[in-house]
Parts: sequence; C-alpha cells; structure tokens
Amino acid sequence: MTSTTPVLTEPAIDIESAGPSEGTPRRKRGFSLKDATASTLLWVYALISIAPLLLMVSNSFRTTQEMASSPLGLPLAPTFSSYQKAWVTASFETYFVNSIVVTVASVLLSTAVSLLAAYAFARTKSKLFATIEALFLSGLMLPVYLAILPLFFLLDSLGMISNLWSLILVYGALGIPFSTFVLASFFRQLPIELDEAARLDGAGAFTTFFRVHLPLVRPAIATVIVFRFVPVWNDFFYPLILIRDQKAYTLPVGITRFFGEYQTDWATLFAGLTLATIPLVVLFLLATKQIVSGLTAGMSK
Amino acid sequence: MSATNTRRSRHTGITLSKRTGLVFVLPALILFAVFVLYPLLTALSYSFFSWTGIVRGDFSVLDNYVTLFTKLPYRDQVPNAFFHNVLLFVGAMVFQNTVGLGLAVLLHRLKRFKRFFQTIFTLPYLVSPLVVGYLWSLMLSPLFGPVNFILKAVGLDALAQPWLGNPATAIWVVVFVTAWQWVGFPVLLYGAALGGIPQEIDEAASLDGTTSWQRFREITFPLLTPAIGTVSVLTFIGAMEAFAIPYALGGSQGSPAGATDVLSLLFYRTAFESGASNAIGTSSAIATLLFVFIFGVAVFITWFMRKAERKLY
Repeated sequence: MTSTTPVLTEPAIDIESAGPSEGTPRRKRGFSLKDATASTLLWVYALISIAPLLLMVSNSFRTTQEMASSPLGLPLAPTFSSYQKAWVTASFETYFVNSIVVTVASVLLSTAVSLLAAYAFARTKSKLFATIEALFLSGLMLPVYLAILPLFFLLDSLGMISNLWSLILVYGALGIPFSTFVLASFFRQLPIELDEAARLDGAGAFTTFFRVHLPLVRPAIATVIVFRFVPVWNDFFYPLILIRDQKAYTLPVGITRFFGEYQTDWATLFAGLTLATIPLVVLFLLATKQIVSGLTAGMSK
Repeated sequence: MSATNTRRSRHTGITLSKRTGLVFVLPALILFAVFVLYPLLTALSYSFFSWTGIVRGDFSVLDNYVTLFTKLPYRDQVPNAFFHNVLLFVGAMVFQNTVGLGLAVLLHRLKRFKRFFQTIFTLPYLVSPLVVGYLWSLMLSPLFGPVNFILKAVGLDALAQPWLGNPATAIWVVVFVTAWQWVGFPVLLYGAALGGIPQEIDEAASLDGTTSWQRFREITFPLLTPAIGTVSVLTFIGAMEAFAIPYALGGSQGSPAGATDVLSLLFYRTAFESGASNAIGTSSAIATLLFVFIFGVAVFITWFMRKAERKLY
C-alpha cells in the first residue's frame, strides 16, 4: 500500500504489496518500520484527542485539593460530592431538564415538518416546490444567527422571551434546511411504483405517505434526529440572548454563569462539564454508525 | 380506462397534486418563514437606519457602515476581530489538511482498530464548543493546569506560561482548540474519499515504477479535491461564525485586551452589551457585512472547487 513518507519507499516491496486491501502477503512478512511509525502516530494523536476529555471525567471524581497537589493524578478515592454540588447547588438539574425539553421537542418538531415537506419535494415536479426547496437549502449556507435582533423583537412582542417555547420554535425552524435536504434525497430514492401500487389499492396521499413511505425512510429519520440533536444540545448563542431568566437557562448558558461563580472550585467545574457532555456520549455510543456514515454522506457516490 | 391512461402518462413521476403538495409543505414553510426568513430580511434592513435604543429613526443610507470604519472603537475593533477570524480559518485549514489528512491516510492503511480510532478522533467534534473552550481554559490554567505541569515535568519550564493571559499566545490557543475540536470531521471525510478511490489506479501506477509519494501527489490528492472542497467551505463558515470557543476562552470582551476578539463577539457586544444609543444600527451593519462576506465566499469556494473538479476528470 502507498505511504506518505517518501524516504522509506522501496519500489520492489511496493509492487509486491500493491493490493491495498488484500495486504496479507505483506502482513505476513511481519513487523515493518512503516507500520510501527504509523501506529505510533495514530496512538499519539488518539491521546491528544481523548486525554482532555478523560481528564475532565477523572478530575470530576477528585477534590480540588487533590488536583492542586497532583494535576494528573487518578481518582483513587473517587468522590461524587462535586456532582451533587453541581447538580443541586449550582442548579444543573434545572439546566439539564431545560436542555432535554428544548432539544427533544425541537428535534421532533423539525423532523416532523421536514418529513412532510421533503415528501412533497420528492413527489412533485412544479417550479413552485423547486423554489421552496432551494429556499430551504440556502439556509444551509447562510449565517442565519445574524438575524438575532429581529428575532429577539419578534419573540419579545409575543411575550416569549425567557420561555422555552421560543428556543423550541427557533431550533425547529433552523433544523428544516438540513432535515429536508437529507430526507428528500431518501424519498427520491424510493421507486415511484410504490406510490402507484398504493394508489391502485385505494390509498390516498396521506395514507401512502404514512403507511408506505414513512417506514421505509426510518434510517434517514434516525440520521436526521442524531444530527440535529448534537447542535441543538450544544448551542449557546440563542439561549444566551433569548433566555434572560435563570430558571429557563439551558446547559450552555448555565455553564457560563456557573464558571463565573465557581471559578476556583475546579472539582465542581469538571463535574458540570462532564454532566453537559454525558448525553452526547450516550448518543454517540447508541448511534456511532449513523454518525460516522452521516458525516461522510455523499462521499460514497 | 383510456382516461386514466392519459392521466398517467401526463403525470409520470408525479403522484401529488399541487394542492396536496402544499398541504405537506405548509407547516415547514410557515415555521421557516416566521423564524428564519422574516428575521433575516428584516435584519438586513436594520443596518440602513439610525436607531435610538429600540426606536427606529431615519433612513441613514450607509452611515452605519461608515461608522464601522471611521469611528472609534469600531475602527480598531473591526479589523482586529476580522484578522482573528482569518487566522482561525487559515490555522484550522492547515491543521485539518496536514494532521487531519495524515491521520486519514494512516487510518486508511489500517486493517484493525479503524473504527476505534475514528471514534476517538471524532469525539471532540461532538462535544459542545463551549464545554471544549472551558475545558481547555482549565487545562491551560497557570494555577494548576495540567499542560504547564507536564511541560515542567519534562524539563520545558521555559515554555510553561499563562497561555490565555498573554495576548501573544491567547489567539493561538483559540486557533489550536478550534482545530483540535474539528479535526475528526476531515479524518472521516477524507477516509471515505480515500475508500472511494479505485485500487486499480494505484496498482497500475505502482507497476509503472512510481514511488508512493508520487502516487499520493498525482493520484490520491487530486481525487480528494471534492472532499477538500467540502472541508474548506465548512471550515470557512465555521471560522467566520466562531463564537462559543472564543467566548469560553476570552469572555465576551475577547480578553486579554481584545487578543481573542472575533466578529461574532464584536457583533454580540455591540448589540447587547455596548449600551450605545445606535447599538442596533451599528451591530446590524456588522452582521450584514459578515453575512454578505460569509455567503459570498462560501459560494465562491464551492464554484471554484467545482471548476477544479471538472478540470480533473
């Protein structure tokens, strides 16, 4: 197989081991310097990539005094008191529940309306629908967060500032470009004969959609849900501006407040950061396949 | 019978009437129009008026834009913040296309543990940028941050310093932390692109006696162009919109002394923290310029990469 290191290349070896995926003849030859270098580099970067996150979790089980004396020590006598402090005293319980409510509701909202719209885009051929689809798609490239001032005034006039509904509706709307984009391409792959067969059996447009198409695009729905969950859960900009009441803070805004108040209480800070990350790790473990294939969607054409 | 036949042929590929289609599209369209489209169009108009608090005054043509480039503090802050956004873009591009591409190539050759490494490299990408920023601010703390501790432990005491307190290093911390978080994406994307390159091409070239570096440069790299284009566009948009990581590392003021300031922070400060009477006018001018710049360049990169691709095939 090819190598990026020009110095180590010996053409004779490369010709023999030219089949990259059937690299068995080469592997049999045993341990090569190239392989060793490659795996060393991978492990080194893996460490750079994961160490800060591991440290975050490990330090959340230690006390601030322990961290001061040995910054890299292991939690040999793990304590959960920082979690209790972050969860109860620092109101993480409230932030966490708010974040869950906002994320789940807005992802369901954007997925539901996008499913309907994407179906229409895939099953119509008029200019009107092509225009609406293009309009939605442009939202993928536009820095829409810059429209925050009019949005603030709009929600203010509706009396919805500091109300979780404001975030749910805004995130719901912001999810439409990505969700319709993914879902429409899936609906387009479904053969039109399906529709014709369903119609011949007397099903109307809505029955066909719910009974025939919806079950078939389930993998796409999973991808859309996972990929909207992450940015909504992590978003900091909208709640920073739209939520003025601490009771309605979501986790990211709660954390900024918390970092001001608990500056020197490192153990609690690490526990708070870990709490904000746990749902994402759970999601990642549940949906690694969707995440990896989704991030590279369109590349395998 | 003949009636249904003509209907069929006229409607090939269409099974929804316009009216039914509209019923399907309407919920999304209303939501998008009210919470995205309307604010977006209104925001652009804001920048052409002078404001007193939240009361809109006269149409002021380009006054707000002129203010940005002639009056203090904007005259200094706008170029300073913009320069940091550019640094962020360039830094992240360099990191992703050297470290990211390198890791993808190494992973591509790997038979086992591939998924394991992919997972580890991608994890930071999923964590909230705000959490990432705060986490690194603790890591780099001069008090008892692990980074300085490690530097001292290996005898590099001279390098240990208050990374975020020093204006000369603070912006590079922002660049590094951003690149660190993003690198998993190009690793996956380049990995998928490498997997899509037919092995026969590589084999044929190697039979011709080319070195592996030559093959990488002449075959693999050009075939990665579409993936590099995607990474470029997304990195550009991400770098220009950067907000949470600089906020976590330098606060809304871009501390120390504006060393970590970026345009989104400047916009946020001007609109919500400055207390200036024409805050809405000025901040809307910043937003509009940024908006036009991001959209314009993103479209240009996409067009340019398409052209480069067409040249290749």
